[in-house]
Amino acid sequence: MKYVEEFRDPKLAENLAAVIRAEADSAREYNFMEFCGGHTHAIFRYGVQDLMPDNVHFVHGPGCPVCILPVRRLDDAIELADRHGVILCSYGDMLRVPGTKRRSLMVAKSEGADVRMVYSTLDALKIARENPDKQVVFLGIGFETTTPPSALAIKQASEEELENFTLFCNHVLTPAAIRHILDAPEIDPEEAVRLDGFLGPSHVSTVIGSQPYEFLADKYQKPVVIAGFEPLDVMQSVLMLIRQVNEGRVEVQNQYARVVTREGNERAQDLVDEIFEIRPAFEWRGLGSVPESALSIREKYAAFDAEKRFEISEKVSREVKSCECPAILRGVKKPKDCKLFGNVCTPETPMGSCMVSSEGSCAAYWTYRRAETLAEMAAERDLEPAQ
Amino acid sequence: MCLAIPAQVTRLGDDGMATVSLGGVVKDISVELLDKVEVGDFVLVHVGYALHLISEEEAQRTLAMMAEGGLLDEELAEIAQEGEAA
Repeated sequence: MKYVEEFRDPKLAENLAAVIRAEADSAREYNFMEFCGGHTHAIFRYGVQDLMPDNVHFVHGPGCPVCILPVRRLDDAIELADRHGVILCSYGDMLRVPGTKRRSLMVAKSEGADVRMVYSTLDALKIARENPDKQVVFLGIGFETTTPPSALAIKQASEEELENFTLFCNHVLTPAAIRHILDAPEIDPEEAVRLDGFLGPSHVSTVIGSQPYEFLADKYQKPVVIAGFEPLDVMQSVLMLIRQVNEGRVEVQNQYARVVTREGNERAQDLVDEIFEIRPAFEWRGLGSVPESALSIREKYAAFDAEKRFEISEKVSREVKSCECPAILRGVKKPKDCKLFGNVCTPETPMGSCMVSSEGSCAAYWTYRRAETLAEMAAERDLEPAQ
Repeated sequence: MCLAIPAQVTRLGDDGMATVSLGGVVKDISVELLDKVEVGDFVLVHVGYALHLISEEEAQRTLAMMAEGGLLDEELAEIAQEGEAA
């Protein structure tokens, strides 16, 4: 209960925690995946796990956009900046993620490539207007929240006939990734993570609505509660999931109804549909190739597609050896299971993407659970037989 | 980069842009993704775009919670960096 005083309404948090303890059936385990990295961060920052009974577990999912971009696509972005001499614009979180041979966009920049951190696609468009003699590429990453801004940037570039702006599109889809995780046991039994329900992402859902999760309840018989980012939201959502499990109900519930509707932002959805189409498959760090899980730019807007404008070479891309980010992103390992955690891999010297973004599991453990995690790692090492 | 910050629209431009005030920072954002926005409305802002209209009560609640958790400072710092980067 050590973080409880940090809640704005500690009484309410305590009450919620008490109700959860009372209603969680001690004869069973509850494994809930929070797909979104924002939830992972909130759970750790506010110590929500400490308020849960021992049989309620959070499984951290692959919902951090920086974490799931495969090394190959990052290497491609670095190549665009290096070999094609473009101005490469990126959201800040991407810059320190190590690519092959630990070369990041930041390293490329220090070696002379023109890599610029931007807050918005609006800034990338401005850079393109101000540098008509240079090609400007925006590294588009993220789930359904960052996709509409990328779509709008292409639309605007098209209307302005801005000939030096392209998008390197790596936008991915939340429902397809969840489906893949649930199909994983059929693909590989060792990958089976037992899940009793999902905390659905909040801001992604403001765009796509709650409707796209209904297949989880209908086809996969998994309860879903769309949850806000605040700690009390997360706790209330956990209680709603526990009640569904206890009562044998399987529904999509919307705890974040004050912001999320069933339909979402249809104007944004229409725009995304106009500019993008679904890729047959896309490689995710950790999940491998996931069918129909990402977007590419439609032929009509091919002039704004960096993959079509620039030749990107075939290359061998490798993640840092021993880095467990892929298994951590699938929810089958925790940061303590990674040999690199806390010794060679820290937020200052990250070896993998999960340590870079503040929404990554390793960064969350490092920031809020460092001592406990390192102690657990030491204890597990001592238990191993001497070599 | 997952979080979206509530902000109040203080001025509407005629080019799909609007000026918002968030946590004391004044910024121009795009409101093209919303059907109808008026001065005084609260919107959720993510990477420079308003994604959704929200109530004032929800906006204040979220801002207070983000400020308490230190999240607001991080997000505002990210926005403030934009000027230097461009």
